[in-house]
Amino acid sequence: MIQEIVKAKINNVPVEVPYGTSILDAARMIGIKIPSLCKHQDLLPTAACGLCIVKIAGQAKMQRACATPLEEGMEITTNDGELTSIRRTVLELIISNHPNSCLTCGRNGNCELQTLAGEFCIRDDRFKRYVPEIEPDKSNGSISIDFTKCIKCGRCIQVCQEMQNVWALSFLERGIKTRMAPAGDIFLAESPCIKCGQCAAHCPTGAIVENDETATVWRALRDEEKYCTVQIAPSVRVALGEEFGYPPGTNLNRRIYAVLRRMGFKAVFDTNFSADLTIMEEATEFVQRFAHNKGPLPLITSCCPAWTDYMEKFHHDFVANFSTAKSPQQMLGVMAKTYYSEKMGIDPAKHFQVSIMPCTAKKYELERTDEMFASGHQDVDVTLTTRELARLIKQTGLAFDELPDEDADSILGEYSGAGTIFGTTGGVMEAALRTGYYLVTGENLPEDAIDIQPVRGLEGVKEAAVDIKGTIIRVAVAHGMANVDKVMEKVRQARERGEETPYHFIEVMACRGGCIGGGGQPYGVNDKIRSQRMQGLYNEDHDHQLRFSHENPEIKRIYEEFLGEPLGELSEKLLHTKYKERKVYQR
Amino acid sequence: MSKMTFESFDAYAQPRQQAQKWIRVGMDTGGLAAGAQDVYDALCRARDKSGLDVDIQRTGSLGYAYADPVLIVGSDICPRIVYGAMTPADAENLIAKLGHENFMLDDRVMAMRKRSVDLKGEDQVVILVKDTSTEGEDRTAFYQQTIQEELAVHGLADKVHVHRALDMRMYNRGLCVQLLPSGVTYADLVSPDLRRIIKTSLVDKQIVEDLLVDVLDPQDRVVLRNCGHIDPDNIESYLFAKGYTGLKRVLSRLSPEEAIEEMKQSGLRGRGGAGFPTWLKWNLTREPEADQKYVICNADEGDPGAFMDRSVLESDPHSVLEGLMIAAYCIGASKGFFYIRAEYPLAVERIQRAIDQARDKGLIGENILGTDFSFDAEVRLGAGAFVCGEETALIASIEGRRGSPEPRPPYPSVKGLWGKPTSINNVETLAAVAAIYENGAGWFASRGTEKSKGTKVFAVTGKVKNSQLVEVPMGTPIRTIIEDICGGALNDVDIKGVQTGGPSGGVIPQKHLDTGVSYEDLQVLGSIMGSGGMLVMDERDSMVDVAKFYLEFCVDESCGKCAPCRIGGYQMLKLLDQIYRGRGVAGNIDDLRRICHCMQNASLCGLGQTAPNPVLSTLRYFEDEYMAFIEGGAAYARKMKKQQAEASMAAN
Repeated sequence: MIQEIVKAKINNVPVEVPYGTSILDAARMIGIKIPSLCKHQDLLPTAACGLCIVKIAGQAKMQRACATPLEEGMEITTNDGELTSIRRTVLELIISNHPNSCLTCGRNGNCELQTLAGEFCIRDDRFKRYVPEIEPDKSNGSISIDFTKCIKCGRCIQVCQEMQNVWALSFLERGIKTRMAPAGDIFLAESPCIKCGQCAAHCPTGAIVENDETATVWRALRDEEKYCTVQIAPSVRVALGEEFGYPPGTNLNRRIYAVLRRMGFKAVFDTNFSADLTIMEEATEFVQRFAHNKGPLPLITSCCPAWTDYMEKFHHDFVANFSTAKSPQQMLGVMAKTYYSEKMGIDPAKHFQVSIMPCTAKKYELERTDEMFASGHQDVDVTLTTRELARLIKQTGLAFDELPDEDADSILGEYSGAGTIFGTTGGVMEAALRTGYYLVTGENLPEDAIDIQPVRGLEGVKEAAVDIKGTIIRVAVAHGMANVDKVMEKVRQARERGEETPYHFIEVMACRGGCIGGGGQPYGVNDKIRSQRMQGLYNEDHDHQLRFSHENPEIKRIYEEFLGEPLGELSEKLLHTKYKERKVYQR
Repeated sequence: MSKMTFESFDAYAQPRQQAQKWIRVGMDTGGLAAGAQDVYDALCRARDKSGLDVDIQRTGSLGYAYADPVLIVGSDICPRIVYGAMTPADAENLIAKLGHENFMLDDRVMAMRKRSVDLKGEDQVVILVKDTSTEGEDRTAFYQQTIQEELAVHGLADKVHVHRALDMRMYNRGLCVQLLPSGVTYADLVSPDLRRIIKTSLVDKQIVEDLLVDVLDPQDRVVLRNCGHIDPDNIESYLFAKGYTGLKRVLSRLSPEEAIEEMKQSGLRGRGGAGFPTWLKWNLTREPEADQKYVICNADEGDPGAFMDRSVLESDPHSVLEGLMIAAYCIGASKGFFYIRAEYPLAVERIQRAIDQARDKGLIGENILGTDFSFDAEVRLGAGAFVCGEETALIASIEGRRGSPEPRPPYPSVKGLWGKPTSINNVETLAAVAAIYENGAGWFASRGTEKSKGTKVFAVTGKVKNSQLVEVPMGTPIRTIIEDICGGALNDVDIKGVQTGGPSGGVIPQKHLDTGVSYEDLQVLGSIMGSGGMLVMDERDSMVDVAKFYLEFCVDESCGKCAPCRIGGYQMLKLLDQIYRGRGVAGNIDDLRRICHCMQNASLCGLGQTAPNPVLSTLRYFEDEYMAFIEGGAAYARKMKKQQAEASMAAN
């Protein structure tokens, strides 16, 4: 019988924690911070940095708090002169192997190493600096790697290998020459990288950062020839606030519209609108396949570009199962440069469309295939991540928290609660089911069934059976590529055995938690913050008058005035794309 | 081939039919490197030509690395005579003489290790003679002449032959003689003593008490019991040496619990370096419930200068396999791996052959010896990374992952290879295991000290006369090993210290050489037992350079995973280098100590935690040498460098 609760003392304070809790986590529960540069709450301990050492009464050796479970009766000392001195030396050693270029670093001001160096009052270089020169890898349009800034904590590699099962990154060589690099010592662009950016989101320093394109946006805004418009993705609104001191989950969409307008954007759209549009196309597609046998099941969502890249590399035997509906970013882009431009009398060639996304892979999606140029021009010109938007706002000097709340521009601005929850794992599925139900039955889900609880939450794989008036739809929702693989494998095995598919509809998002945990979101994410951001979206959905994509009046209008009907000729031309097998390694 | 049963062992309990004359050539890596293959071929050619009835066999190493190529000759005259420094010409000579009564070769034959204090009334037929004094010219040939003349006086010139010994196995003991076949040995002789010895011992067959060397060889071969004696490529040879009787006893008479209890009684501790009680490791692996468990033989020997494990693997592979099987039985594993570094191709070959032969005999496979115990073993190669000797890194390497250590817990005993409970034991440990179950726990525990039982193999190298493998009971003074067994300092420069424990160990200065070897006592001195490397340094060696050498090794071999080891080792090396080049400043010593303290406490695995030991122990005993470099600056550094260059020239 395993003991469930462990009682021990940390710095003489009694603690009771569940069996298996690490000393680091147990200390955190009672408000004691033990420094670490490698342990991330999302990840198992690698025990690489050596900063979190603690003393355990009766044990001669110091132990790493991150990797040592608290045991019954332990007496832990997390801090004394000796521990501080050793930690300081570890930091000094790490700093001796790190460039002293904080001022020009992408993480200046929010670097974990910089912060600790400040806290430990490191004022001079005790040890001679040794930083071998290695050319940065800027081959990938989404993220770039400055190898010299890597402190070999291993988080990115764990993320890439274990959370995402991509294995683009790995450690090469050994000893002081150890370096993190694309496996096989190739360029990142040649590697299996899916651009999800989770490595950047977990990096404690500036070794992996998103490609900052704020300057490109400023250049466009200065260009009088250009007509600049912007869209913001669902999950940005509940995360951006963290950069300005708001609690995670605070919905600042209306403040964001206001600040974007003041930067000079001529129109501010909301990607939630095109999320509704995606649902119209995708739910129709599902009903076509499910009810009319037009295409294989399960239908698999495709609005996440990291996932589509992953699928094209690792699961291309499922290309036919993919929803061909474009992602909301791309749908909004093409609508802006066709419908909106036409309506407003703007030359689409001069229309410059910026998207604000939680995601680094969205930068890649802009030029993914020819279909991303459906308007005759590049449909979306630049993608900024949430972090880049925060920097953009800070550069304006505008007092973000004092700005008034404003509305998005109409048209392409109105949205339903179903569009909002696109930003979280399970949200696309929930939104699609709401509209799918309507398309099949001709009526909306009853009030008490609108919230589809089984697809919500942070469980890696969520399964549900949804009853549409006696017809059962089996769905699965997976996030984090390693979880996705399990689902795909299950489907593949059933297919190979000639059995009925275990699911009819699968939603996939590459990042843990979905877009709210995206690779371009504010740093420091953990499951608690993910839940708070999620709740922010669910709150907006819950409080929204419109809960169904098909009821969005602007959506109705755009079909009436312009597109015709879902999966109609023009819809297919503008709103759909294709997938194909891609090589895992590009050389 | 028919599968063995418990009864099959009876056949091997009978004395083996042996040829009247036989030669065994030590053909381990060391012997082969010194030319053993040529010697072997020359022996065979000469035998075939002469038609002499002599059985020529290959065997492993006796451990006398300094005397390679080594061979043993067995005959009716003397049961076993060891020859060293053999050449193909010597081999032909040997065969030519082997047909006659006297087949000793001057300057090739070695004195018997087992000295006798009793002539047993036998006729002595050979006198080995050697002048072991290190001062003045070697007068061995002169004494040989003297003895021959004296023998003639007694009319023994035809009956007793006098030969110059290659090695008397006694050092700085002046003129020494050994009488064969008895092995009675006399030392510290002056010319008149020779007359007394011949009269008393050869004519009257009495011992000359006052000249007798009554101290027996301190070596005690448990692990190396078969090394150099059996044919490592032939399972029969091992079976005739009572091989697999330990396994037989365990399988026929002991439950796993009883077997572990016996291991507990033996007091055996892990010979890989850390000294963790073997029974406890087995018990911890036995306890967890699991559908599969594994045993692994850690043969990733990597300390600079260490070759104990290689020698055992090459010379007595079956004993290691037997130990691994017993471990598997005790913990409930059915699968074992040998993790051998790829730089040991001969060891790999011989272990693989041992596994194949054991499988043919039914000693591994399903229902071994008709019991419920089933077991199989595989060889996995390591790519030569030192850190892969660390258990979690070793597991990662076998699994095909990058070989870097993982945080513990979970320990391999709970979650090891492919997540299953796994016990990892070192080569020497497993060879001892087989001997323990063959002879009983008490037999083993009667050797050694209270807390460190049994014997330990050391690879003694450096500024010592005889680089070789030595196996002594725990508690044997370091001085005995260095001076009595290995002949003391090379070039007769005073010994400054002895480095034990390889790169994880420390330097023990001359004044502490009377300390006995045991896990506890070496630790008190700031060193460790380690896997058994013992590097002798003399007065001309700079301790700063020694520290630098070992640290360089660790820096090179650091896996790079944890910051303290990866960067700390590098920065320490930079500081040492600075000091050694005469560019050091007073603060460097503080910085060195600071990094040492940091690495010891904050490194993830044993490699990083112990890497500072060579620096710390040299700082502890020889800080003045560091200060001399710092105070003397570049001029002093140049002087020291020159001095060392001269010393190494002299050594070569």
